[in-house]
Amino acid sequence: MAALNDEQVMLRDMAREWADNESPTTAFRKLREAAPAKGFDPEAWSTIGQMGWAGVVIPEEFGGSAFGYLSLGLVVEQLGRNLAVSPLSSTAVAATAIAMGSVDGAKSEWLPKLASGEAVATLAIDEGPNHDGKVTTSASGSTMSGTKKFVAEGDGADVFVVSATDGLYLVAKGDGVTVSTRKMADSRSHADVIFADAPAQKLGGTDLTQAIVDRATAVTTAEMLGMAESAFEQTLDYLKQRVQFGQVLSTFQALQHRMAKMKTELELMRSAVEGALEAIDAGRSDVDQAVSLAKAIANDTLRVVSREMVQLHGGVGMTDEYDAGLYLKRAATLETMWGTASYHRDRFAKLNGY
Amino acid sequence: MATAAELDRPTDTLDAFRQEARAWLEANFPQSLRGKDNAMSAVDGPTEETAEQKQWREAMGAKGWGVPTWPKEHGGGGLSRAEARVLGEEMMRIGAWNPIGGMGVMMFGPTLLEYGNEAQKAQHIPGIVRGEVRWCQGYSEPGAGSDLASLQTFAEDKGDHYLVNGQKTWTSGGQWADKCFALVRTDKTQKHAGISFLLIDMDAEGVETRPIKLISGASPFCETFFTNVKVPKENLVGREGQGWEIGTRLLQHERNSLSGGGGSQGRMNQGEPIVSIAKKYRDVDADGKLADSDLRTRIIKHEMDQRAFALTLRRAALEAKGNAGPSAATSVMKNVGARITQDRAELAIEIMGMQGLGWEGEGFSNEELAQTRTWLWGKAVSIYGGSSEVQNNVIAKRILGMLDHQ
Ligand SMILES: Cc1cc2nc3c(=O)[nH]c(=O)nc-3n(C[C@H](O)[C@H](O)[C@H](O)COP(=O)(O)OP(=O)(O)OC[C@H]3O[C@@H](n4cnc5c(N)ncnc54)[C@H](O)[C@@H]3O)c2cc1C
Repeated sequence: MAALNDEQVMLRDMAREWADNESPTTAFRKLREAAPAKGFDPEAWSTIGQMGWAGVVIPEEFGGSAFGYLSLGLVVEQLGRNLAVSPLSSTAVAATAIAMGSVDGAKSEWLPKLASGEAVATLAIDEGPNHDGKVTTSASGSTMSGTKKFVAEGDGADVFVVSATDGLYLVAKGDGVTVSTRKMADSRSHADVIFADAPAQKLGGTDLTQAIVDRATAVTTAEMLGMAESAFEQTLDYLKQRVQFGQVLSTFQALQHRMAKMKTELELMRSAVEGALEAIDAGRSDVDQAVSLAKAIANDTLRVVSREMVQLHGGVGMTDEYDAGLYLKRAATLETMWGTASYHRDRFAKLNGY
Repeated sequence: MATAAELDRPTDTLDAFRQEARAWLEANFPQSLRGKDNAMSAVDGPTEETAEQKQWREAMGAKGWGVPTWPKEHGGGGLSRAEARVLGEEMMRIGAWNPIGGMGVMMFGPTLLEYGNEAQKAQHIPGIVRGEVRWCQGYSEPGAGSDLASLQTFAEDKGDHYLVNGQKTWTSGGQWADKCFALVRTDKTQKHAGISFLLIDMDAEGVETRPIKLISGASPFCETFFTNVKVPKENLVGREGQGWEIGTRLLQHERNSLSGGGGSQGRMNQGEPIVSIAKKYRDVDADGKLADSDLRTRIIKHEMDQRAFALTLRRAALEAKGNAGPSAATSVMKNVGARITQDRAELAIEIMGMQGLGWEGEGFSNEELAQTRTWLWGKAVSIYGGSSEVQNNVIAKRILGMLDHQ
């Protein structure tokens, strides 16, 4: 566990308490059933705004607290534990793009609304089913055109941070923006977004794009960490309670060693995830490496833990009624989002000149 | 992947049979059904049978080739293993498939042929051979999964019949089945020796099924409740108290067919080779090779595992010649088969990215949507039919002679 200051401890504990009391997995199931067009529960989002979580990475002059990415990661991790549905991650990272960008008007227009949870923002980066860094979307003057695929929280976003060949742009929902929902296994909001001569403001060049993608990736690993921890704990609880052959399953050494191995992997995962978030906060020059390390390890670890969650629950793990399947499906989506383990191992190798 | 059949060079002595099979298939397989086998039917449940499908099933049923190696006297094909393999090759050649399957064929039939009395065989085997009667497996209970012998469903002796009370769970296809082969307790004082093997009509009074929804969205299995169900005494297979022996024999048949050892070699891995899916969804370099070297390595590892598995099935089949049937070694095969099936699905969704995680609606092809469900369904193959952990226990104890630490 990273050395947390008092504010961070408070933030983490508050987030944990809220997630456990107000947003357990039953809340996710209700939302899945209701399938609101925007993909999230507006009441929960406004609470998150009031608690200041959306403003954790937003500068104080625009209504945020500027606690930084480790703090944001702590909150996202707690929400991830319970599969809490929220556009928090996408909004926070998009807000960073605006804050780091060069359009002053956009800062005063959007950041206070994003910090307070009045508005939702997201990143529109990928153009195919895999994150591969390819961009064909182009901007000319003050408009942009292109199609972005599988934009997380695309259904409810008021404003998009969009990558083009020459850098990052801000596009508000409205003229020239068409959003079409994609229904995915994780039952969360993903949409294809078409920009056709949409009015756009340039935030910065491709360096900014990379900085923002790294931040989005790091925040995603925090969600994965929360999920992996919780999936692991639930599996452990189940093994301690399920009786077969007149014994609780947790007495079988074959299972003990598997759990012990996963616990070990989880420790590495936590360090890698926190390492990436801290590198961002410290403004270090090797954020890219820290992020690829975190995502590759998070992918591998969450994959094992979520698959084992199903396996070790036996038949009940295959039923919709138990949560194992919910974790499995969300895990696969996050493993894909912002790059597979292969992608990040390759990137890590290249960054190190291998 | 090269199937075991491809690895096995046909010999001259089978040529005559090959000609016969080819001619019969060409005359009887409706061309419109070419390649239309529904691989997902086991998962999604049965669909309405078309006139052509019915015609094909009846033709195969009458010929006995749905169960090619079963004895002719019971309506089977009476073929040797080698002949059955030729039949499989000839079917594959013209895109034909076996319309007769299910638990009756895979596990119950072979078990009844071994343990049933003549009257039971005469009553039940023909319906299986012709694909007319659906069977389900009433083994697991909420408190008896891996520890099957702790089952509690009780069959009370009432003279001319048993009165059955209890609950089964995870009954695959229970809502569509005509009959159930169940393990029930006839004696509460002995764990294993108190179990009997009983055949129960699913439409008998007091039988109720409640479908359970799976993580893939389908509801192919049920909770099954028995409340004062009257089962005639003649539906007891073997002796009272012999159920554990018969039931575990059936599980060997189940594992054998799940691993592909039951003659359906390569079938579970059928479909487009992973590498060709990868070349469709991922970048290739100037030489047409996959650009992602890490993924490429993992695909090759999978391919090699598949081939080694096919070779192992082939070797096991040769070595088993003359043996009575499946053995403890089927546990090894079941575990490898489960792992390879799951590896394949994981690789496929990884390669397809978000496109391989679609649930429904616009933007996904049918193949892509099927891939999501196949992946999720595939998580069951290491759980049902005895979980991988339980197979490992079997391997350790029965094959390796390691001691039971329990
Ligand atoms: C899709 C599907 C279809 C099925 N169809 C049928 C059917 O038609 N009829 C039927 O009767 N049943 C059916 N089953 C039930 C299946 O046989 C059981 O789910 C299986 O035997 C496991 O039992 P369980 O679910 O109670 O898990 P548990 O026995 O509770 O096991 C939970 C976990 O602990 C592990 N474990 C248990 N004991 C040990 C041990 N001694 N050492 C190490 N690990 C151990 C298991 O491997 C598993 O990972 C089906 C199951 C599935 C998923």
